[in-house]
Amino acid sequence: MSCDIWVIAEHTANTISSGTLEAIGAGRFFSNRLNVKLSLVILGNKIDALIHRLSDTGVDNVYVLENLHLSLYTSDAYINSLEPFIKQHKPSIILMTSTCLSRDFAPKLASRLKTAYVPDVSGIEINPPSPPLLKGGEGGILFTRPIYGGRLLSTVICKGETPWVVTLRPRAFEKIVDTSKKANIEKIEPTLSPSNIRTIIEGIEKTQKGLGLTDADIVVSGGRGMKGPENFKMLEELANILGGVVGASGAAVDAGWLPHSAQVGQTGKVVSPKLYIACGISGAPQHLAGMSTSKCIVAINKDPDAPIFKVADYGIVGDVFEVVPRLIEGLKK
Amino acid sequence: MKVIALIKQVPDTSIALKINAEATDIVYQDVPWVINPYDEYAVEEALRIKEKLGGSVTLISIGPDRVTDILRGALAMGADEAIHLKDAAFDGSDAYSIAFILSKVLQLSGFDIIICGKQAVDDGWGQVGAALAEMLNITSISSILKLEVAEDRKHAIAHREIDEGLEIVKVPLPALFTAQQGLNKPRYASLPGIMKAKKKEIKILGANGLGISFQDVGRKASSIELKKLSYPPARKQGKILQGDAMTTTKELLNLMRSEAKLI
Repeated sequence: MSCDIWVIAEHTANTISSGTLEAIGAGRFFSNRLNVKLSLVILGNKIDALIHRLSDTGVDNVYVLENLHLSLYTSDAYINSLEPFIKQHKPSIILMTSTCLSRDFAPKLASRLKTAYVPDVSGIEINPPSPPLLKGGEGGILFTRPIYGGRLLSTVICKGETPWVVTLRPRAFEKIVDTSKKANIEKIEPTLSPSNIRTIIEGIEKTQKGLGLTDADIVVSGGRGMKGPENFKMLEELANILGGVVGASGAAVDAGWLPHSAQVGQTGKVVSPKLYIACGISGAPQHLAGMSTSKCIVAINKDPDAPIFKVADYGIVGDVFEVVPRLIEGLKK
Repeated sequence: MKVIALIKQVPDTSIALKINAEATDIVYQDVPWVINPYDEYAVEEALRIKEKLGGSVTLISIGPDRVTDILRGALAMGADEAIHLKDAAFDGSDAYSIAFILSKVLQLSGFDIIICGKQAVDDGWGQVGAALAEMLNITSISSILKLEVAEDRKHAIAHREIDEGLEIVKVPLPALFTAQQGLNKPRYASLPGIMKAKKKEIKILGANGLGISFQDVGRKASSIELKKLSYPPARKQGKILQGDAMTTTKELLNLMRSEAKLI
């Protein structure tokens, strides 16, 4: 048994995702402490241009699984490719960044392998500090993850057979750039039969231009205080100047001003940007659960007693329609 | 069409949560229980399929006596029958064991379409649907925003949320779908619906009735062990500016530049 730590990569347009780099950072923490190798596993079709850029991501091995049927993600193709490969190499932990893709894939993979699955981990601790840590799972590795939409944290350990499948909350772990190491690159061609892929992708509608809410360094969100969908133009302008994206509170989404995909909150996207600007958002628990791990929170609201000010680093008690245009003006200078 | 909706009862998430003295669970006293919001979308979608294509909607839930409330609630929305899986042996089961228990019922009842929420809002684990589909050897499509059964009734077209936007996927039936917010707007139960629901039978089944061995479920079989619950670190008191918009905005920009160094 190799005990290696694996990271399964996510990539688009020949670029590895930022969350995957964070997963490599977390994986390096494990591999150093457990004294095992760290490997990056990447699935796709015709991804040579990407592979060459992966040799200096700080991992020991890069395993490339290439097949025509892996050009788009389907859980069947991914699992059918990986299952025999996992059984051959026997990694101890499989890490992924928590995204729509891994939210679909990781629990299916763990269920197929009949091993533990822990989603959305935001903290890892190894205790006690000496190996052996993985077999039997006593003591070992403590995974901390938000529950109740981030209002509480739960710390768990995994038990039983490995590999444990773990997804990591975006922006909770540091990316580690280690160019001192050149990874071995190994190509594997999994055999896949179309008859084993039960789903047919009929189309993809890309509604997301540029960065997604969870990837953005800066998020500008609007709530009921924005009074109508037309006023979100102002927030778009502010976001554009800052290089951020626009989000919304549950109230603004329920009013039909923005699509569900823009909702920040417990039932919506959980974000953790460097800067979160809440405009006309009172701060219902549902919303706070989705943004209170942001590094810096700026709140603009008329009501001095609004709960949003309890989590804000900076706040202005005032009218968004007076403050936001002045912010835009000030930033343009 | 035999449509199954899997529902879970969760603490109402709009209330403040307290951790118990042992840090092993929340304090349940005075906590109102509700149907998991994502599961409510699942019930609504199941009802819409039945209304369009005929057939029946069966609800299944696992938990103690209080679970009856959400089963009655969903029966009042229009579901036809309900199965309550209740056994002390199920306590502490992980998602995989929960799926295992459900798989036993479904193998007996049969199904064309299974729908559940994409996750529960309590622990947010999001594995039961995936694990159950794996055990039943059917496909699961997660985070759906639209569902249409094809005319041949042997396929369905689902729109599902992906990182880039939306994916339209065709899947053979039977299949399992998990509901994302935006799939539909759940109806309110009508008064006649509520009256009718009172008379509908809720079938209760335990481990013995399903031929489930105690070793396969519950805390001991779980691949996850809870060590503790804690509160996230509190944020420190921020600077809240009051006054005219001109002055406060200027000061905010200064703070963001010099103190937070964000712009």
